[in-house]
Amino acid sequence: MSLLQEFTKGIIKENPLFRLVLGTCPSLAITTSVDNGLGMGVAFTGVLLGSNIVISAMRKIIPDSIRIPVYIVVIASFVTMTDLLMHAYTPAMYKALGIFIPLIVVNCIIIGRAEAFANRNSIVPSVLDALGMGVGFTLALVLLCTFREVLGAGTFLGFRLLPESRAAIMMILPPGGFVTLGCILGFLNKMQSKTA
Amino acid sequence: MQDYFIIVISAVLINNIVLSQFLGICPFLGVSKKLSAALGMGAAVTFVLVLAGLLTWFFQIYILNPFNIGYMQTVAFILIIGALVQFVEMVIKKYSPGLYKALGIYLPLITTNCAVLGVAILNIQKDFSLVKTLVHSTSHAVGFSLALILMAGIRERLESADIPKCMEGVPISLVIASLMSIAFLGFSGLI
Repeated sequence: MSLLQEFTKGIIKENPLFRLVLGTCPSLAITTSVDNGLGMGVAFTGVLLGSNIVISAMRKIIPDSIRIPVYIVVIASFVTMTDLLMHAYTPAMYKALGIFIPLIVVNCIIIGRAEAFANRNSIVPSVLDALGMGVGFTLALVLLCTFREVLGAGTFLGFRLLPESRAAIMMILPPGGFVTLGCILGFLNKMQSKTA
Repeated sequence: MQDYFIIVISAVLINNIVLSQFLGICPFLGVSKKLSAALGMGAAVTFVLVLAGLLTWFFQIYILNPFNIGYMQTVAFILIIGALVQFVEMVIKKYSPGLYKALGIYLPLITTNCAVLGVAILNIQKDFSLVKTLVHSTSHAVGFSLALILMAGIRERLESADIPKCMEGVPISLVIASLMSIAFLGFSGLI
């Protein structure tokens, strides 16, 4: 597989959220506005990039039997760094994402990429893999956010599109998250079965 | 007494961990196809969540706080939870092979269940005392099991329903979860 494909596969073909249905918890919880979605996507990509680089650099010296704990420590360290950086430089975003920043640690996508990709490939493909997966996840989050923010609050990135009285507040409450993701997945299945 | 009552009601019904806080969605979608599996997973999560809640509380109060290394919280908690799950697995395997067989595959999955880490962090954020931590963790675990078991009950019925092909599996489960979540929103006026 060429290097370019390592990057692009995460965006559509193996999109972590829509195709592999991983990392659903943060994607449902924080997608109430497009800002939050972008912030989460960037934080997530940063952690994934860091952990993929370190794990692929150390892949020859990590003993096989304790690899999972090693991955977890590496990931948790990067999450802590992200957490402190966001606390210092983007306090408003830090407050909005709240508990879901430390919870990036248990995001199955990151440990999944460590086990399935970084563990077997050298640094350059691992970087591209992390960037592709990160971009794919961020785009998926932004898509979810767009539906929920436009329908639920009538705004997009703060710009008003619908009058306030038309906004269906249900969409930014928890039920809206579930139903939006469910419909998007159903739609993608439909599209796939048509093309296949 | 009233405090505890409020913690229980709000954790089980109002802020249900799956349906309104979005923690633990992976097992909620993955292990809710059969009622028996849902019961097993609910029991395993309850056990680990309560133990992890208590252990992380002690660790925070007696180690992280006195040494002023609160920033190690994420790393420390995830290691405690990972080690705990491994330990519980070994103990159950040795003393109760029957239970081990029933829970077997679900146990390792619990390490990456964000509900466990999430509740451990919430306990600390809310400055709970030891007893409140115990009550809070237990109620969240009960809330998780409740949502999981309700979902499994619905999905067993769904087997015989006529669902559009593209919505089968995860998509329809998410739509059902949404309806359940609307129902649980109704509890928000309780307190």
